[in-house]
Amino acid sequence: MKRHLLSAADLTREDAELVLSTADEMRSLADRPIKKLPALRGRTVVNLFFEDSTRTRISFEAAAKRLSADVINFSAKGSSLSKGESLKDTALTLEAMGADAVVIRHGASGAPHRLAHSGWVRSSVVNAGDGTHEHPTQALLDAFTMWRHLGPRNGGTLDGQRIAIVGDVLHSRVARSNALLLRTLGAEVTLVAPPTLLPVGVDTWGVETSYDLDGVIPKADAVMMLRVQRERMNGGFFPTAREYSRRYGLDGRRMATLQDHTIVMHPGPMVRGMEITADVADSDRSVIVEQVTNGVAVRMAVLYLLLGGSEPAHTEGDDL
Amino acid sequence: MTTHLIKGVSVLGGTPTDLVIRDGVIASGPAEGVEEVIEAEGLIALPGLVDLHTHLREPGREDAETVETGTQAAAIGGFTAVHAMANTEPVADTAGVVEQVWRLGREAGYCDVYPIGAVTVGLAGEKIAELGAMADSAARVRVFSDDGHCVSDPLLMRRALEYVKAFDGVIAQHSQEPRLTEGAQMNEGELSGRLGLAGWPAVAEEAIIARDCLLAAHVGSRLHVCHVSTAGSVELIRQAKEKGWNVTAEVTPHHLLLTDELAATYDPLYKVNPPLRSASDVEALRAGLADGTIDIVATDHAPHPHEDKDCEWAAAAFGMLGLETALSVVQQTMVDTGLLDWAGVAERMSYAPARIGRLADHGRPLEDGAPANIVLYDPKATRVVDGSETASLSRNTPYAGRELPGRVVATFLRGKATVLDGKLQ
Repeated sequence: MKRHLLSAADLTREDAELVLSTADEMRSLADRPIKKLPALRGRTVVNLFFEDSTRTRISFEAAAKRLSADVINFSAKGSSLSKGESLKDTALTLEAMGADAVVIRHGASGAPHRLAHSGWVRSSVVNAGDGTHEHPTQALLDAFTMWRHLGPRNGGTLDGQRIAIVGDVLHSRVARSNALLLRTLGAEVTLVAPPTLLPVGVDTWGVETSYDLDGVIPKADAVMMLRVQRERMNGGFFPTAREYSRRYGLDGRRMATLQDHTIVMHPGPMVRGMEITADVADSDRSVIVEQVTNGVAVRMAVLYLLLGGSEPAHTEGDDL
Repeated sequence: MTTHLIKGVSVLGGTPTDLVIRDGVIASGPAEGVEEVIEAEGLIALPGLVDLHTHLREPGREDAETVETGTQAAAIGGFTAVHAMANTEPVADTAGVVEQVWRLGREAGYCDVYPIGAVTVGLAGEKIAELGAMADSAARVRVFSDDGHCVSDPLLMRRALEYVKAFDGVIAQHSQEPRLTEGAQMNEGELSGRLGLAGWPAVAEEAIIARDCLLAAHVGSRLHVCHVSTAGSVELIRQAKEKGWNVTAEVTPHHLLLTDELAATYDPLYKVNPPLRSASDVEALRAGLADGTIDIVATDHAPHPHEDKDCEWAAAAFGMLGLETALSVVQQTMVDTGLLDWAGVAERMSYAPARIGRLADHGRPLEDGAPANIVLYDPKATRVVDGSETASLSRNTPYAGRELPGRVVATFLRGKATVLDGKLQ
């Protein structure tokens, strides 16, 4: 693996499969009474969050702590886009504190890339979501969740599995990272959205696109619903929330057209009643809560592989 | 004033000859009383370059550039005249401000400074500024622009185009439909989608150009289109010219050389307005400049302090330096490719911009009796651009580390050497 995880495109298939198998080992830890490994003892992980994201931050925090790393949470809300401290000065401060890894969430696309490549810090940089660009650990946890559910009936891989990603693809870092990673893992991705919410040039992403949710989901093995942010309402991307829900929301009627094994996913936080109805979110097909559990395991795997190097995740004789 | 003899220089790339500069003009007859001889074998003489689009930042942002440092950068780049854009603080929207900038230029003495007046008060796009007062001032403003902002209100644009006819002015439009570019960061295309940077569609430029060409034709006025960046814009301007409409256009050196691929570095040195476009746009711009559809090269020299570029992309300022590298970039993209000869370069970087700006003493052929505004250029030299060595106060050159052809050896402003042996005098 590379030294940083900035984009899902940084991962080869081999890298990605290593993360998934490592995450699988990490996940089994969750079933043990003592959920902690000594792997990153003495290492420092900084969670540098320029945007509020409680769920992603606590997921990374739990992951680092279960690996025995020291965790510093640095909430720099306001960011350099307003009059606060610049990204550079924040980075230099963290460097001076001796961070081994910086997990960064930032509203500006490319901010993690700048952090990794401007010579400001020497530590590994993990992108925890940047603007409308990418969110690679989310894609890894999504792939991990799919792999656990769909892999056993598909030879242990996601090859040829049909994944529908539905909603605001234009502004979604989750969709970008998932499209890249799932393709690397051999899945067939279809992005479903109104034309206003598909990016220009999406035809070069190596994925299918569709404006018709009803035509896509009966063939899908997994359906991932994206959050529609309220502020998009004013952007004129679609006329009303009701019309969006009618055309692109997942409700009980649409869920009935899914294959028996098809799972329903959502990166959270959900807007119940908008892109997904409560009966779907709470149904047996929904793996939304499991995604959160898997998030910790995947982030443990990522931190371990970036910082722990070649040492195995467990010691000889350990029944992990 | 020193009498210079320039020996064996190739005027516009022609047969080597001698030029005498006496009393500030190009002199005929025998080289009597020569005090300084410049051996110029292998050098090309061009008329002093004229920039129609320069940001000198003074008054207001003297931390980025001053009239003095900006005109020093201009002289180093072979320019003898620059047009200073109006987006200063305070905005150059009154006779007082344009006269101040004009006077600062005269005091600096490296290059003539012709202030551009704002079209609207405070660049706010709401009320036409006192264009007549600026035209009648000591600065004799003829070019008006809200550059940085588009005069997007069609009625206001129509009125401005009409009004400046009274004093032979021209509206230099920054063509950017504001609603289509809200939050825009880079050229809209496959790459913007992948990088998650908000797209700046070509149509946002082209829609305004199309509208303005129609308006200029309707009211019979002069329109100048700033920094054309797309293939579609070139086509629209070509059509307007075919109809005989009074439309001129400029392209920047960076849009002739650089493409949007550079945004993949997320390095804000490559963040500029209008954005760097695709390779096919670059090709169309070069072709348009070669066939005269695009009349001139203008630098859009836009200095910014280091901290405004040493940050994340979205937080960074738009703009890049251009004065000191313009001629080299034009050589690389237009001359070395066979698209233009040196006479063509003189037309597009001196004669034509002086005509558009209505300058009498610049942009004249290097003939007897003409003001000695001359640049001596060595097209065979090469250099690797050092981003830390600029005459400009700012360092935001997109060419740092790049090898560029050519070197400005000397610049003369009315017979006075502002640059000799590549160094400021």
